[in-house]
Amino acid sequence: MAARLDKPWIEVSQIAVVLRGHMGVFQLADADNTVIYMGYAGGNSLQGLRGEVTQACADHPDACYFRHEITTSYLSRFRELMMVYMHDHGRLPAGNPKISLGRMSPG
Amino acid sequence: MDLNLTEEQTMIVGMVRRFVREEILPLEADLDPDADELAPADRDRLVEKTREMGLYGLGIPPEYGGPDVDLVTRTLLAVEMSQHRAGLYAPCYGTFGGAGLAQLFEATEEQKERYLYPTLRGEKRGFFGLSEPSGGSDPARAIQTRAVQDGDDWIINGAKLWISGADRADYGLVFARTDADKGRNGVTCFIVDTDTPGFHVRRIVHTLRSAHYATELQFEDMRVPKENILGEVNRGFAIANDRLTRQRIPYAAGCIGVAIKAQEMALDYVPQRQTFGAPLSSRQAIQWMLVDNEIDIKQSLWITLEAANKAHQGEPFRKEAAMAKLVATEAAGRVVDRAMQMFGGLGVAKDLPFERWYREMRIRRIGEGPNEVQRHVIARELLGASLR
Repeated sequence: MAARLDKPWIEVSQIAVVLRGHMGVFQLADADNTVIYMGYAGGNSLQGLRGEVTQACADHPDACYFRHEITTSYLSRFRELMMVYMHDHGRLPAGNPKISLGRMSPG
Repeated sequence: MDLNLTEEQTMIVGMVRRFVREEILPLEADLDPDADELAPADRDRLVEKTREMGLYGLGIPPEYGGPDVDLVTRTLLAVEMSQHRAGLYAPCYGTFGGAGLAQLFEATEEQKERYLYPTLRGEKRGFFGLSEPSGGSDPARAIQTRAVQDGDDWIINGAKLWISGADRADYGLVFARTDADKGRNGVTCFIVDTDTPGFHVRRIVHTLRSAHYATELQFEDMRVPKENILGEVNRGFAIANDRLTRQRIPYAAGCIGVAIKAQEMALDYVPQRQTFGAPLSSRQAIQWMLVDNEIDIKQSLWITLEAANKAHQGEPFRKEAAMAKLVATEAAGRVVDRAMQMFGGLGVAKDLPFERWYREMRIRRIGEGPNEVQRHVIARELLGASLR
């Protein structure tokens, strides 16, 4: 499995068409395809990815695109994506508060 | 072995049982069902409570500031501390502290100053780097990571796999081959700082556990000073082996705690749940599952306590520890499976902890030495020289 989430971006207007109630991870991007937030839909998410991405878009009005990955390992995958982002950019996405993370240097 | 708990044991076990039920379970209701960490404020508050209880740092020898609690009592407490959703791999979310890497109690005074004491104070974290892509069950032969002496330093090249916590660690114990011709007598343990050039966390390995992950490490011309050898050159396997044997007892105890909680939940549920006009508890099929659970729990508990007692008495306990790990991991897996069956659809939903226990319990038959290796250890102890 690739460490980075590099699927094509989807317009946020397609959330209800594309997403269902699965558990998984997601990223939001602005109009320039810059990642502005990462999140996950876990076991407590009422509507799964559809609900979490919808809520995240409401919290980040500059979000234009999303991409996602369905996985039951949502917590470890979320932390992996955050660590990889930190490795690549030296910081977390603007919308994510600082959390305790490990260090990774993916090849 | 006296099968009755002493007055002190009864008191301490009761205290920890109340802690789990009054402090941990209510917090868990609001956490993600796969969470393995508390919010920092909650964690700090509960650590303060375990300090007040005099039980913080269980596993740390009293001479290093740990509570003076014997191994049998610690085993009883490990059974209690795992009786919640995250309890198998994050008993009480770490609020009782831990011994860190127990091998460091045998370190030199300088090594203790740099690694052990900061770890006990909660300022540094370590990892245990033994398993490799070539295998983990037979480390004496599988270790291919090489360390070559270069003046006062050693140059390490190789890889490690299934390593927990290396991405967040400040240092780790890395086992490397220092003599290719000597098998288990050619392995040395190095204390490696994770900011050493050439140390890389290359990959996260996702498993059945959602919150916790393993890592794959790569060492590229990683230079380690000779002062960072733990113990003696070519004597590292004994350090690894001792850890593997000792770890099997709390590993078994954690499984038993989860099994006890699953059985308790089933016993509460089946008298209430009605099917075809009668409670589930009236069905012989259900009664027999409960009976089999009870037998599985009791057998594994006594075998594990016997192993702890032998270790506490200073007697050889390799066979008993292997039996405890083997029996408890398999028995607890059966108990959780039967409890899920009794709960029906609810049993597999994330609303209840069974599905997490089911996934995590499966790993226990592989972790800390697969059960086939435990059987091998027991057979070797039984048959002795005839197998060698």
